[in-house]
Amino acid sequence: MYKYDAYDHALVRERIDEFRDQVERRLDGRLTEDQFKPLRLMNGVYLQLHAYMLRVAIPYGTVNAPQLRTLAHIARKYDKGYGHFTTRTNIQYNWPALVDIPDILEDLAKVEMHAIQTSGNCIRNVTADPFAGAAADEIEDSRPWAEIIRQWSTFHPEFTFLPRKFKIAVNGATSDRAGIQVHDIGLQIVKNAAGETGFEVWVGGGQGRTPRLGQKIRDFLQPEDLLSYLTAILRVYNQHGRRDNLYKARIKILVEALGAEEFGRQTEEEWAEIREGELKLPAEEIARIRAFFGAPSVSDPQPVSTSGKPGFTGWLRRNRRDHKVAGLSSVVISLKPVGGTPGDITDDQLDIVADIAERLGFDEARATPDQNLVLPHVRNEDLETVWDRLVEAGLATANAGLATDIVSCPGLDYCNLANARSIPIAQAISNLVDSEGLAEPVGDVTIKIDGCINACGHHHVAHIGVLGVDKRGEEFYQITLGGAFGTDASIGGIVGKGLAGDDVPGAVVRVLKTYLDIRDENERFIDTLRRVGPDAFKESIYAAA
Amino acid sequence: MKAITANRLTDGRVIYRTAEGQWSTDLTEAERLEGETAEDRLVQAEAEFGIAVGPYLIDIEADRPGGQKWRRESIRLAGPTTGSTHELA
Repeated sequence: MYKYDAYDHALVRERIDEFRDQVERRLDGRLTEDQFKPLRLMNGVYLQLHAYMLRVAIPYGTVNAPQLRTLAHIARKYDKGYGHFTTRTNIQYNWPALVDIPDILEDLAKVEMHAIQTSGNCIRNVTADPFAGAAADEIEDSRPWAEIIRQWSTFHPEFTFLPRKFKIAVNGATSDRAGIQVHDIGLQIVKNAAGETGFEVWVGGGQGRTPRLGQKIRDFLQPEDLLSYLTAILRVYNQHGRRDNLYKARIKILVEALGAEEFGRQTEEEWAEIREGELKLPAEEIARIRAFFGAPSVSDPQPVSTSGKPGFTGWLRRNRRDHKVAGLSSVVISLKPVGGTPGDITDDQLDIVADIAERLGFDEARATPDQNLVLPHVRNEDLETVWDRLVEAGLATANAGLATDIVSCPGLDYCNLANARSIPIAQAISNLVDSEGLAEPVGDVTIKIDGCINACGHHHVAHIGVLGVDKRGEEFYQITLGGAFGTDASIGGIVGKGLAGDDVPGAVVRVLKTYLDIRDENERFIDTLRRVGPDAFKESIYAAA
Repeated sequence: MKAITANRLTDGRVIYRTAEGQWSTDLTEAERLEGETAEDRLVQAEAEFGIAVGPYLIDIEADRPGGQKWRRESIRLAGPTTGSTHELA
């Protein structure tokens, strides 16, 4: 894992001192709210429905035990005993007082964490495959590249006031688990014909009110050219991206307006001017960053085994993933107990995950775009002990990738932008799917819920998406079908008129039952849906509504 | 009928403006306002710095949040409708 150097420490330290002064000036009236708002947003502080919300960055989703313990401490001391993991692999606190936030940032800094660039029209937290450095299908570890991008983009003076926020994802495996086609820039690590490793470059993906899949503008980028090429893309966007209309300001609108080919041409033209300059990455610097991200080694690899405890086998089947190192596995810690709030975790649970990661997980955990956690490296002989500890903590739900593993934005229960509630819908679907015993028979399916069109809950790229809308004070929910995040990404389509909230769980369950009725043998939900089309499910959605 | 609501500067909590020009977390203590008086009071509230952030008018019906934003304002008043994993654990 990357360790701060003196420069990183000083940079974060200076920002905390600056923000503490800004908070003091706001509290004593020297700053108005209009003056203070952009300053607090630059430090991840939002004002939501009930309270301030603090969004803490987790670079490429990676945390260690001391960091998890600090996150627990913050939840316990400054919040209501829990935190909330987001689809961008950050953690949010829903209840901090403004007066406490400088102290919270001090605590975070002690474990090399901060809230910088978790808001604002800048380059946000870089995301990566949550199984990076561990996945059996990995081409190359994406974390060193995400870290290089993090360092380059932090406080980048040219890209601090972009037309809109900007999100970059890096994926280093054959399966895309970072969602490169739904980011402003997606980087896919590939090997060329000569066996060299480099990047495919995708631009213009995004969700929100105008969902678009990214388009590839370069088949192969040499690694040492990464930062100059990103700079070229950002310069084209910064110059031509629309600042006159908030809803047309993302790079996806520009790429669509210009066409990917022309956007790529302009990028290449700009790149030609700078590629041989100071942004060329020295091999020794790449090696220095890579050295922080070594893979664990196992001297006496053991196979996966089970003593036959009820529940453990099922958890292994759903939540374990193959590791590239013999004798190791990765496991998903589901933050989706049946009927729970997706992504929520208590202070005590954070401490327990810290203990497990430290003792049995090579001191590392990951946050995922599905609002779960991952222990990337666990010795196979320790899997049952890990499961025992997770059972005690209420974190052993064996539902990774199932219909109860629902993604949800905070919705109208917390968010100032939301039009409708989303968490209660997720809870009701989870409860009904569970009571009908459908999760295991259905198998792999993604259900994602949003309380507004900003789509923080990624409903556009869910097999079954739910979007809450407000119609004259009443909540309605549009159902979308056929979206997919990651490999074979697609944008779901709206199937028809909105449903009342009470009708949504039943509609989702009927969709799942329809799948069970019409699927071919060993066919996943999304494959059946793509084979037969959404109309085959439409009748079931509206059957009893 | 209307009332003025805002978020408290120090901690962001939901507050309502009383007839005395103070701020309370209790909606029942909020001044009930109508017509031009409501607009005048809002202008006063907006000019006061130091306690409230972003004051605005909400509809009140039968002593509860009303109008098209009744659900949003009810959630602001009573808290999230969902509970949390914290309570389930």
